[in-house]
Formats: sequence, structure tokens, C-alpha cells
Amino acid sequence: MTVTKAPTEPPAQQRTIRRPGDRIFAGAARGSGIFILLVLAGVAAFLISEAIPAFTASSEEIPGGEGLGDYVWPLIAGTLLGAVIALLVATPLAVGIALYVTYYAPRRIATALGYVIDLLAAIPSVVYGFWGLAVLAKQLVPFHEWLDDTLGFIPFFAGPASTTGRTMLTVGLVLAVMILPIISAIAREVFGQAPALHREAALALGATRWEMIRMAVLPYGKSGVIAGAMLGLGRALGETMAVAIILSGGAGATLNVISNSSPSTIASNIALRFPEATGLGVNTLIASGLVLFVITLAVNMLARWVVNRRADFSGAN
Amino acid sequence: MAKRIEVSDLNIYYGNFLAVEGVNVSIEPRSITALIGPSGCGKSTFLRSINRMHEVLPGARVEGKVVMDGQDLYGSDVDPVDVRRQIGMVFQRPNPFPTMSIYDNVIAGNRLNNKRMKRAETDELVERSLRGANLWNEVKDRLDRPGSGLSGGQQQRLCIARAIAVEPDVLLMDEPCSALDPISTLAIEDLMTELKERFTIVIVTHNMQQAARVSEQTGFFNLNGVGQPGRLIEFNPTEKIFSNPDEKATEDYISGRFG
Amino acid sequence: MSTDTQAAPPAATPQEGPVRVQRKLPRYAPFGLFAGGVAVGAALSALTGFSVISTVVYGVVLGTVAVYAASRAVEGRRKATDRLVTSLVTTAFGIAMVPLVSLVWTVLDNGLARFDGQFFSNSMYRVVGEGGGAYHAVLGTLIITALATAISVPIGLMAAIYLVEYGTGRLKKAITFFVDVMTGIPSIVAGLFAFALFTLLFGNDFRAGVMGAVALSVLMIPVVVRSCEEVLKLVPNELREASYALGVPKWRTVMKVVLPTAVAGLGTGITLAVARVVGETAPLLITVGLITGTNLNPFDGRMATLPVFAYYQLTQPGVNEQAFLDRAWTAALLLIILVMALNVVARLISRFFAPTTGR
Repeated sequence: MTVTKAPTEPPAQQRTIRRPGDRIFAGAARGSGIFILLVLAGVAAFLISEAIPAFTASSEEIPGGEGLGDYVWPLIAGTLLGAVIALLVATPLAVGIALYVTYYAPRRIATALGYVIDLLAAIPSVVYGFWGLAVLAKQLVPFHEWLDDTLGFIPFFAGPASTTGRTMLTVGLVLAVMILPIISAIAREVFGQAPALHREAALALGATRWEMIRMAVLPYGKSGVIAGAMLGLGRALGETMAVAIILSGGAGATLNVISNSSPSTIASNIALRFPEATGLGVNTLIASGLVLFVITLAVNMLARWVVNRRADFSGAN
Repeated sequence: MAKRIEVSDLNIYYGNFLAVEGVNVSIEPRSITALIGPSGCGKSTFLRSINRMHEVLPGARVEGKVVMDGQDLYGSDVDPVDVRRQIGMVFQRPNPFPTMSIYDNVIAGNRLNNKRMKRAETDELVERSLRGANLWNEVKDRLDRPGSGLSGGQQQRLCIARAIAVEPDVLLMDEPCSALDPISTLAIEDLMTELKERFTIVIVTHNMQQAARVSEQTGFFNLNGVGQPGRLIEFNPTEKIFSNPDEKATEDYISGRFG
Repeated sequence: MSTDTQAAPPAATPQEGPVRVQRKLPRYAPFGLFAGGVAVGAALSALTGFSVISTVVYGVVLGTVAVYAASRAVEGRRKATDRLVTSLVTTAFGIAMVPLVSLVWTVLDNGLARFDGQFFSNSMYRVVGEGGGAYHAVLGTLIITALATAISVPIGLMAAIYLVEYGTGRLKKAITFFVDVMTGIPSIVAGLFAFALFTLLFGNDFRAGVMGAVALSVLMIPVVVRSCEEVLKLVPNELREASYALGVPKWRTVMKVVLPTAVAGLGTGITLAVARVVGETAPLLITVGLITGTNLNPFDGRMATLPVFAYYQLTQPGVNEQAFLDRAWTAALLLIILVMALNVVARLISRFFAPTTGR
């Protein structure tokens, strides 16, 4: 008989008593969860507090002497440019890869192929930078010249074509390889979840495999692909080392992606300048980091919102 | 050791949904009480509220009284963990801990609560509990093997051994045979008849023959319709329930004319 | 539904005559046609100065066109489209393999030159040209990663436990959402955060390995939370109930039943999280920096780490440029080996430590 207390009248809504061990443990678990929220808030708070001197300083004191806006703007443009190239190249490829792994590859090796694609995500970004500089940039030089010759009338390819290949175009292609596994992983997941009933119904109607995919798989997976592409975009926006290694250094804001004077990106600019920066230079770089943080946060929140909305719907299926 | 349980005006909720309404019943010590009724009528929910297992689900709560030997189990100063140490439970599907050996499964109740015991004592407890669950002869040579390697019926008896090893006063069984074959079922029924010498046993079952075979008292739960709370329609000696029930609904259910 | 239904009607009735029965390409025809296309592509490439790349590009394009045309002529439009898409999708997969193979080959090719004992036993202390090694950087990476793991795992695991075992309502939703959002924080921003945090606490000139560990933790915690959460959800509820019914308090149930049951999955998830941060460069570059000597104290002074070492060897070579490049590539090779090894270990953990279930 371990319960020794005398019986008492229970109040209408009593709280269950909890042992100290339970209370401490639950508190620690809850505390860890809240701590993570605080870290995220802390990232914003500390960046803001260290960026404030750059916001309040006069234009001449900012590196470049033209004020914070003129300093950050070309970097934002460069960041977006590289990420958009990556996204345009990677998304169709990733969809193709996901379809191949889920519906075309032989069943026995499909899982292994998916794993091989995931390996692309495991390679450190600094190594991508090495490869981009040593291999891809060199191989792409003829492609740069060709673009300049044939498509030179488009501002993006205005030239003069770089002879080293260390351009925004090369950066965009390396970023595309880096975000490929992110987009294809999510696309693979949603394609794999397309209702078997719909797929079999399509096949039973005499559809070819492609028609079945177009009717039953792609409509179902569309929002997943969009969300995956946005997560990939978030990654491409914030990617640092690959860009820092390949681009030789920033210049003004230009849409030209094949010349040596491509703009830098926010992240790579920080990596290149931070180790030597002093005083207000540090604050300026942190301010640009804050801009990057806000952009990626917005993109990621939007992507997660799309994913979660989709999850809500598929729960009803 | 075995104890009497008095339940009065018990309402059981899932969030705002009233699942079981107004149960009044007295469960006799050293006997087997069977609870029968159609699916979804709240008999398992009622069973789980006796040892305060109901409230581990988020939003689940209980109003009313469950008194064991003069003490209200839902009293404000009663720790549900202590209640569960006195009222053991066996579940529908056998659930031995997959990371533990047969030996460790039996003494899990003590081990998990960090109770210090001498090796000789635990050996003795394991043998006593496994003998009590009629499993000793089958597993005595492989006590260090994982419990999940046993057959379904053996696993269920292992779970019973695990439950009686903490020496509770009451044993609740939630359809303990529904996942088992007929021979394992018979073995468990024989075991229950032995265990009632020492424990108060409450069993939920869908199998009316089982209720008739093993129990002294039987309660019949029913609900009026979907979304309505379940109720205890009739509680009487088993013989009376199966031969001459008081309520029309009980008779309909037992003779298969239900619904 | 917007299906193409204008398929040639005869295709539906193949029994009309011997010619109709043949309205399907023989099984190996696509491969043959594709090979033919590649051969023509090689010839074309040879005309314009042979190169492997142009051969493959011309070959794949011509092969795809050849298969499409033949199928269109024999099997009709729908089937031809189907074959075209099959080619495209397979090509997409092939394209993705090119950088992977090229990258691994390049790193091996350049990195094996200095993959020797000296690389693992010497630091760069007073080395200006040849020789030297990454001993100090390897140790630095191990120390900082271990420190980051020591910070991230308890917090991440406890948060996952909160989400699975305790969490309800808005706090749970908020944590789930923001953990997901946090996985997308750029690594350089995590580095800036650590820099700003330590600058405010200890002044401008403070540099220590722990700054890098904190930055890596910001990146690692959300990964740990997500993977642990998935694994804990897989633990059957029956086991928790069995434990509660024995009179075991909830916290002991979590510690002694839930966690041991999930240990294989937790090990895999945590190992993959380590693999994800071990090659991170940017946050370490701006917090920990680099030194040439060996510093094993993560709470005082700059430290060398393998990714930053590789970066500086490549971008700021000294007198003997080739010696620096060789060291850079060997460091890159070592990083890849490290990450791959962690991935393999993660798979092995999930294979060998999974609890034996008899059902």
C-alpha cells in the first residue's frame, strides 16, 4: 500500500500532481524548444545590434564612400542573379531526376540511385568551389565565347566574354549542382506519394507512362516541386564559399553574367572581406549579412508555408 | 492483497467529447469481472480510467470517483504513477520491450524505477513471476534472449509476468486474447483463473464465451448512437447476464440480435 | 482532362494485318538507334575538332532525335512522346552524374599527390614552401566539430523529445515551423551571429574555437531536432503505455524505454548532422580564422580547421605555388573522405543497432 494519504474530496478540475523528476525533465525539454526560438531571435537581434553603426554612419564612412545603399545594392543584385540562374537550371533537371528515380529507373537500383544523388548534397561547399574553379570555369570558356558571339545582343550575354570562366554564369551553374539534391529530394518524395489509385486508373485507361505521369503525378506534385525549388533558392542565396572561390572579386551592378566584372554576392563578399575588415567595415558587412538573413528567412518561410499547406491537404486524402 | 474498487458517477472525456457517462459499479476482490459490449462503447476507455492510463492521452480527463479500499484514486494528492504501480495492466497486443531480454522484461517495472535489488532477489522474482504466468518452463533456458523472439501467446504471458512482478493489487486486461490463437487463449484463461486467487481482475473482451467461461461478474456497455456517450447498461453476476438479463439491450447483444 | 486523344486510330486495332502487328519497335531498337545517333555525333564532333564533351552532347541529342523519329514513324505520336520523355528524364539523371564523377575524379587526381604521412603529422608552423601538413587543421576540425556536437545534441534531442512527448498547441507549432526555417539559415549568417555574440561579450579582438562551435551549432541544432523527431515518432506508443502501466514516471519512460528503442535512428541522425557541418567553411573563416601552428585549446586564440586551411592554401599560395595547391587539394580530398565516412557510419549504425523485432 504505497498510497498512504487519506482520501479527500476532489475539486471539480484538479491538476494532476507531477513528480519532481517529471517536472524537471519536461521543463528541460520545453526549455530546449524555447531556447531554439530564442537562438533564432538572437541571430536577428545580434546582427541588428552590430549592424546599427553602419545604418547610422554617414555615407562617406561606408567602404566605397557612397553610403550603405550603394554598397549593398549591387551585392543584392549579384546574389539574386546567381541564385536565379541556379534555380532555372536546377529545377527542370531535378524534376527529371526525381521522375527517373521514382518511375523510370529499374526498381532494384532506384534507392541506390537516390542515394547517389544525395551524395551531391554531402560534398562540402568549399570543395565545390575548388572544382568550379579548376574544372568547370575552364571548360565553360568556349561556352562563354559562343554566348557572346551568338546571343550578345541580350544584356545578360553582352560580354566581353571572360577568358578565365570565373563569371556569374559559372557560379550559377555550380550553385545549380549544389541545390539539385535539395529540390530533387523533395520532388522525389511528393512524386512517390502520388496516389497509386490515380496512377493505376490512368494506366488502366491505356495511358502511356508519360501520360500517366502528366495526368496523375505532376498535378499532385506541383506544389511540392515549387516548395523544393524555393528551399533550393534559399540555399543558393546564402551559399558562400563556392562563390567566393570562383568569382575573382566584385565590381559594379551589372546584369552581364559572362564577363569578368560580374557583381559579387552578399555572402561571398562577407567571406572575402571579413577577415581583413576593421571598424565600420565590420559593421557594414554585418549589415549586408542582415539583409541576406532577411531575404533567406522570407524565402524559407514561404517555402515551409507551401510545404505545410500541402501536408494539410494530403492528410485529407 | 487484492482490493475492492468502487466507481461512482464516473464521466470520461476526450477533450470536450463525453465518451463514457455515469458509471457506477463495485468490483469485487479476488474475482474476475468481465466487461463486454460492442466496439466503441467505451469499455476500454473505462478500463483505462481505473488505473489513470486514460489521462496520458492529450486532452483526456475524468470526472467522478474511483475508490480503492477507501481511497479516491483521483484525489488531488494522489500521484497517478503510484496508482499504476498498484493497478497493473495487460494490453490488447503483446508489447514486450524490444531492447530487453526476457529476464529484463520481467523485472522492467523495478529496473525502470531504479529499485535496487540483490541478484538473488531478482532471480527469485523473475522465476516467481514467470511461474505465476505459466511461462517459466518454456523460457527458463533462454532468459537472456530478446522477449520479442517469443510467440504471440508467450509474449502475452511475458507481459502478464511483467505486470505481476511489480506486485499490484489489481490486474486490468484489455482484450488480452484478441491477437492470439485459440490454444494460447486457453492458456491465458487458465492463468486468469489461477491469478484471481491473488488479484482483483478486470477483463475487457469481445468474446462472450470467454466472459462466460472465466468471470464471476459481467458488465455490459452500450451506446445509443454514434456521437453519444457509452453507458454501463447492466452489471450482474455472469450467470444471470447470460441466462436471464435484466435489460432488453443486454439480451439482444448476447443473443446476437444486436443492431 | 486534357489528354492527347488524337492517337492514330489504327494503333488501337493491331489485329488488322501483319503490318499492324509490327507497329511496335523491337525491344532493342531504341538502344541501337541511340547508339547510331551517338556515332553520328562522334563523327560530327570529329569534324569540328574532336572532344569528349561535344561527342557526348551531339550524341545524346542526335540519339534522342533518332529514337523519337523512328518511334513517331512506326508507333505513332503518343508512344513517341513517351519515348522522348524517357530519354529526357534519363538524360537529366545522366547530367547530374557528370559533376559528381568529375568532382570526385578531380579531387582524387589532385589530392593524392600529398596524401602522405607528413600531411597528417606536420603542421604549417614555419613552413613557407614544400612540406608541411594539416595535422593542426585536422585536430582543430575534430575539436570544433566535437564541441559543436556537444552543444547541439543535448539541446536538439531535448527539443525533439519536447515535440514528440510533451508538445501541444501553439508552442509546438511554432517550434516545428521555426526549426524548419532555421535549417535554411545561410552558414555565413550563423558565423556573423557567433561573431556578433562573442564580440559583445568579450570585445572586438576575441577569437577562439568555441566561436566556430557556436556558429556550427546554429546550423546543426535544427538538423538534429528534425531527424530525432522523425525517429522518436517511430517508437510505438504501445511501449510507452506498457511502461506507464508498470508505474514508471513519464521521464523515466522516455529515458529508459523510448530513447533506447530509438537509439539506432538517433545515432544515424546525429551522425548525418555532424557530416553536414564538418565541411562548413564560411562560419569558421570569419570567426576562428586560421593559424599555422597547433592550438588545441578551443577557448583561447585562433585555430586551424581543415576547410579554412584548404581555402587559404588555394587562394593565398606562397612562394612555391604548387606545394600550396597540392596541400589544398589533399585537404579537400580529406574533407570528402571524412564526410563520406560519416555517411557510411550513419548507414551502418542504422543497420547494426536496430532493435530486433520478432514480429
